Amino acid sequence: MTDVQSPTTAESNIPAFRQIGKPLPRPDAPGKVYGTTTYAGDVVMAGMLHGAMLRSTRSSARVVRLDVDKARALPGVRCVLTADDLPTKLLQTDIPGQTGNRDLNTAQPILVKDRVRYHGEPVALLAAETPEIAQAALDLIEVDYEDLPGVYDAHEAMKPDAPKVQKADNIVSRYKIRKGDVEKGFAEADVIVENTFQTQLQEHAFLEPEVGVAWVDEAEVINILMSSQVVEHFRVVADALGIPHNRVRIKAMFTGGGFGGKENLTVEMFLALLAQATRKPVRLCFTREESFLAHGKRHPFTLTYRTGVTKDGLITAQQVKLVADTGAYPQLSPYVILYGTIATSGPYRTDNIKIDSYGVATNHIGTDAFRGFGTTQSCFAHESQMDEIAKELGIDRLELRRRNFVKTGDTNATQQVIESAVWSDDCMTQAWEALGECTPDNGPVKIGRGVACYQQSYGRITWFHDTSEAWVGVEVDGTVVVRTAVPDIGSGQMSAVCQIVGEVLGVPMGEIIAHIGDSAINPLSGTSTASRQLYMSGNAVKQAAEVVRGRLLARAAEHLGGDAEDLDMADNQVFVAAEPDRAIALSELSALCAAEGIHRSELAIFRAPFTGLMDPETGEGRVFPDFTYGAQAIELAVDTETGEITVLKSVGAHDVGQAINSAAVDGQVEGGILMGQGYALTEDMLMVDGKVVTPSLSEYLIPTPEDMPEIKSIILESRSGVGPFGAKGIGEPSFAPIAPAISNAVTDAIGVRIFELPITAERVVNALKEAKT
Amino acid sequence: MAQEKTITLTINGEARRLSAPANRTLLDGLRELGYVDVKSGCEKGDCGACAILLDGKAIDSCLTLFWQAEGRTVTTVAGIGGANNPHAIQDAFVGAGAVQCGYCTPGMVVATKALLDANPDPNDGEIKAGLSGNLCRCTGYTRIFTAVHQAADALRETGGGS
Repeated sequence: MTDVQSPTTAESNIPAFRQIGKPLPRPDAPGKVYGTTTYAGDVVMAGMLHGAMLRSTRSSARVVRLDVDKARALPGVRCVLTADDLPTKLLQTDIPGQTGNRDLNTAQPILVKDRVRYHGEPVALLAAETPEIAQAALDLIEVDYEDLPGVYDAHEAMKPDAPKVQKADNIVSRYKIRKGDVEKGFAEADVIVENTFQTQLQEHAFLEPEVGVAWVDEAEVINILMSSQVVEHFRVVADALGIPHNRVRIKAMFTGGGFGGKENLTVEMFLALLAQATRKPVRLCFTREESFLAHGKRHPFTLTYRTGVTKDGLITAQQVKLVADTGAYPQLSPYVILYGTIATSGPYRTDNIKIDSYGVATNHIGTDAFRGFGTTQSCFAHESQMDEIAKELGIDRLELRRRNFVKTGDTNATQQVIESAVWSDDCMTQAWEALGECTPDNGPVKIGRGVACYQQSYGRITWFHDTSEAWVGVEVDGTVVVRTAVPDIGSGQMSAVCQIVGEVLGVPMGEIIAHIGDSAINPLSGTSTASRQLYMSGNAVKQAAEVVRGRLLARAAEHLGGDAEDLDMADNQVFVAAEPDRAIALSELSALCAAEGIHRSELAIFRAPFTGLMDPETGEGRVFPDFTYGAQAIELAVDTETGEITVLKSVGAHDVGQAINSAAVDGQVEGGILMGQGYALTEDMLMVDGKVVTPSLSEYLIPTPEDMPEIKSIILESRSGVGPFGAKGIGEPSFAPIAPAISNAVTDAIGVRIFELPITAERVVNALKEAKT
Repeated sequence: MAQEKTITLTINGEARRLSAPANRTLLDGLRELGYVDVKSGCEKGDCGACAILLDGKAIDSCLTLFWQAEGRTVTTVAGIGGANNPHAIQDAFVGAGAVQCGYCTPGMVVATKALLDANPDPNDGEIKAGLSGNLCRCTGYTRIFTAVHQAADALRETGGGS
């Protein structure tokens, strides 16, 4: 059944896995269950000040007067900063030095100079001796705004006479993809199916709001301990302050969730400014409401599809227009929209493609990175479209997908060749079968089933020239230390590097100590984003550990007699594989090496594929290191009287290449399922004229324990990925297909499609009402 | 500024004195005393990250003023168990893979303790109700439920010794 067209790229001289793939306990878990893990908000320093920020209460306005004198005069206030006190440098949306696509015209000021572009935009920043004084000082700041015309809809913002938020036309990102001949493709089609899909603004709602502590040390280095996905923002901070890169250090503490919401800058820039101004340790912690205003959300996409198919269900042409609301500043939007653009054709072979996408600035709160990074929205659209095509042609929904799945060796929309295994069919079939017996309808409560498949990249855009470095060493007593600047945001980044190194060096992962997350004293390993850390840093630690293993085995061979290749490592020992009793303890071997000056550590660098930019007119070019494939199947109940939807069964089946820790993979799948369910059914960051009207977790509704359906995770392992041991990324892929599978199941239950997310009870009732008339 | 109040209470088995403005929440009061194992997630009673046991009952410490704990007994997650005396609930959370970012975990462990003290053998529906005040954004709750079942089994086998 499984069509393995690509060779296994995993190569290892380790005979059989002892730790890889096993559901071993994570080394970071005990500290978290005992409450002893130090999060950034738990750090207290002597003489520490407390920061606070004044944010705009308007969404489009000019600041005509900003008076901070009374706040400055309040006893206990140590500094108040406005745009006039800051360096003139702006915050970049780009990754410095990596793409060359920086656009200073759309960069965000650190604090509002005169023009407010969104509700919540930072206006003033202060530090005081206590949080109470800081709050009182905020209340003393006087701001007069003159409201300006705003624009609160991406389509409105594209019109020539729309208020200008950015540039002359509000267009901050534009992509064209041209593959084959779309007109020829439509001419070959028997049926053309056209639909428009709309997605909403989604909030990350990580449990730990943004927080950090900063101080300037004796070497004039600004140290920042914080909750973050990206310690390498130290460069952005240094550039904005106009100081050398080596004068800013960021350490990511164990981070209470990120999901993309801590990928861009959060508190680091503000903390650096306050620490510089006061020369005291400063803490800055966002409230939940502030957190909702502070970080960019998932982009609303409007996706208009025109798909040509033969009567046998083969896709002959795909034409898509994508319009994304980027909010007031582009931030990472150009990249999110690029992902979304390429993902519009999904995991389906399509020879004739024409895609036009537009990122449009509005006076909405910013949109930015979020798990799935644009692929999620496009997946909702292409999977809804596949079901609509199946209905139109009278072909089974799974069969239609089967006839169109990409295969290894095919090219995607940008004509990148798919090199790894594509097990979409196996994943879909297994997920569907795992739903088991169908729950019967019960009066007005109708049961529906849906499926959705995806193609999600892992690793960053290849023209970013991404790298990760890691250091692995063995102490004199044979214990193992790993150093890598990987931020652990909860998905088990630290645990994974320990498990990989433990496998290679034959040391139980729980005995390894990994020092992580520090931009100054760890080798830099890049961002905990884009489902890339397992791929990038997993490869880096594996390389480093393998070099160390080679040196240890060479010395052990001398000691034990025989060849190094006949030796193996396990249980803190090196032994002759064929005669395990001929062994030397790692502690003894390491001491021998130390006495003789044999190098017991290694610093390795792993490089992703490096490519140039894609063709601006056709989009042709490689963009991603590789893709993950999988499927989601859903059974749910819809009460046709109340519109209430209850998800009953939710099965994710994903080819993860090689599971490094099967419990961690299951955890990603299960977590993705609930987050996707929230995205499909309840989550909607609502704004009225740009003002957020759902600023708390009792108004913005994420799934609770009571919403949990029967969940099943099915792991497939093609060992064809470009990660360590053939692993693929799973953090984002597990989330991508949930909302479309739910949407397809709702349609199956009630016979009417709702083309917009979230699918609320109100929308269900309205759709049923409309269908009747 | 609100009037300063001083109270005595028992925290994790130790008698403590706490002085603070009368409008300070128990969450902030506990964290200022160094009990930073109590996490702040929303300060509005929406997320449950700050849950503690007050005289054995799970409450959101962000919705309680500190002086309301006068003469009462507070147990935080660190008071339930630690590296030297892990509680079966904590062992189960580690073993079941129920911990990801860990920020909701102290509140989840506290809510589980209150649940299992009242109901040593809860079914899934009872666990849903027992944990309904606690949000987790990472795990999808699945493994947390597994952990609660495993902890309940372990505690019943050892006669509920906690």
